[in-house]
Amino acid sequence: MNVGPAAALSLLLRRELCLSFRRPDQLLQPLVFFLIVTTLFPLALSPELTLLREMSPGVLWVAALLASLLSMDGLFKGDSEDGTLEQLALSGQSLGLIVAAKTFAHWLVSGAALVLVSPLVGTALAIPVDAFPIMMLSLALGTLTLSWLGAIGAGLTVGLRRGSVLLSLIVLPLAMPLLIFGANATDRAIGGESAAGALYFLAALCVFTSSLAPLAATAALRITLE
Amino acid sequence: MSAHSKRLDVDQVHVFRGDRHVLRGVSLRLDAGELVHVRGPNGTGKTTLLRVASGLLRPEQGKVTWDGRAIMDTRSEYQRELAFASHEPALKSDLTGVENLRFTVGLKRRVTDAELRAALERAGVAACADLPARVLSAGQRRRVTMARVVAMRASLWLLDEPFTNLDAAGGQLLTQIIDEHLTAGGSALVVAHSALTLTRPVRQLDLSS
Repeated sequence: MNVGPAAALSLLLRRELCLSFRRPDQLLQPLVFFLIVTTLFPLALSPELTLLREMSPGVLWVAALLASLLSMDGLFKGDSEDGTLEQLALSGQSLGLIVAAKTFAHWLVSGAALVLVSPLVGTALAIPVDAFPIMMLSLALGTLTLSWLGAIGAGLTVGLRRGSVLLSLIVLPLAMPLLIFGANATDRAIGGESAAGALYFLAALCVFTSSLAPLAATAALRITLE
Repeated sequence: MSAHSKRLDVDQVHVFRGDRHVLRGVSLRLDAGELVHVRGPNGTGKTTLLRVASGLLRPEQGKVTWDGRAIMDTRSEYQRELAFASHEPALKSDLTGVENLRFTVGLKRRVTDAELRAALERAGVAACADLPARVLSAGQRRRVTMARVVAMRASLWLLDEPFTNLDAAGGQLLTQIIDEHLTAGGSALVVAHSALTLTRPVRQLDLSS
């Protein structure tokens, strides 16, 4: 009896989550990085509220971007090194589905986790509680977009021995709009203004990458598998 | 196993790796119930041939057909009917034996844990079902991959050095499992350095010539 795409997707997601939770150190690494960077800023600069509030969107977003990027390198690398990527590729399921499942699961344990701890960071950076929903929404859209972009970079660099630098070089320029509009949305929310424009732009980017990045990442991975 | 009685044809396949001409016009025909034993010194393209036959690698020239259809055109369908065992065990060290099987075999066909445990028992590693692969010995890992091939119930087996790290009993068991697969109408393309002693005639393909 054949396995349909929905059943395969659920199995792949369970596989990824199961593997992530067996390695808590790798799971926590981007999260800890995010927390450390953002809490060091008020200590290093000054705990003055107005200054912090002005800087917080930028600090928050740079830290989120780098934290997400930190874990991107391992997206396909582990499976490629131990040969399980071949087994997945030969499973008869479409490689696009496998890439999408892996990337989404990766976002769940890195991006979504980051969104969940962001109120903690927001408090440390003196972001008002009223701005939290917009901040979290923009981070959710931004990190998901970044995961898709990262999947392309990870697919291209998985065969290289030291691909992580190249991965950053590929992904960071593409992520600049996220940084600009994400920080802008958060900034507006702190100032009590409407962040709708920036959020719409982030959402559009998210839809755009979610639909096209799996194709690009699959093509990249296909080359690596050969 | 309804899909049996299909034929694999590899026709004048050429593969280049950078400047190296790895496969120089290799052809083979594999009917149901048959086994082709691929031999040759290191670096003659045995593994490359298996990767071409699996559809992982697209040859520069020549083509591979399964049941008369080019495998690259029906890749997903074709790959569902094959079981590939690479020379590395391809197990996740953090997952147990059963989990490793569940997340690979489960993508090919609906399978229960009981079936997977039965396959592990067939390969003589029932005790490893709930142990993480990282604590298993190289031979036990090889047997788990053997169980994975069995559990896939595929028509075509592509095995790359399946006897590596197996003890004498394990080698005999694997030979017996391959024999049963062929008797049931399956076919196999096996890369191995040692001679295969099966109850059925084995065709040889020497890549050094």
